[in-house]
Amino acid sequence: MLKQWKPAGWAMAAIAVTAAVGLAVPSAMAQRDPAYEAARSGGQIGEQPDGYLGFVSTPTPAVRDMVNDINIKRKAAYTSGAPAGSTIEQFAFITGCNLIAKTKAGEKYKGPDGRWLTRDAGPPVRAANCP
Amino acid sequence: MKTMTNGARRLGIGVRFAVMAIAGLALGGCVQIATPDKPIEINLNINIKQEIVYKLDGDAKKLIEQNSEIF
Repeated sequence: MLKQWKPAGWAMAAIAVTAAVGLAVPSAMAQRDPAYEAARSGGQIGEQPDGYLGFVSTPTPAVRDMVNDINIKRKAAYTSGAPAGSTIEQFAFITGCNLIAKTKAGEKYKGPDGRWLTRDAGPPVRAANCP
Repeated sequence: MKTMTNGARRLGIGVRFAVMAIAGLALGGCVQIATPDKPIEINLNINIKQEIVYKLDGDAKKLIEQNSEIF
């Protein structure tokens, strides 16, 4: 009887793994909210070297709330994701380096001197200690 | 050939001395290889920091991929 149960166990584990992957993939593929995407491409908000979003111009209440919400979620992600031996700020900073590198042409990002710059076809101006 | 003649023994000692002299010269040559005046300093702090930066960089890329809705 035991021999008959073992393959069933394996099959169930395989189904569970498949289900888990199936659930994990859509969340990993989740896209940006259209309002967030619009504020980015419209140059109202931009990426900062510290790993958070900033306001290029005085935001509408809706944009302000949206950005604050995203920044809180980012802080939570940095807090739970910071590897041992590093601080939340270090992890946020290195992520910021990556986020600025990933900006698309026309989007805003804050340079190491604190000025808002517009991403063009070339590489962005980043802090010297970015990897 | 059980008992060595005095001459043969002398020769054996001479050969031994020659070998020792050559070995001594060889060693002398090794020691004489110029050593740097200043000790070689390896700054471990920088190495460790660099290691952390690369670890963080990989983790940051994963974080962005897995949370694309907030990045």
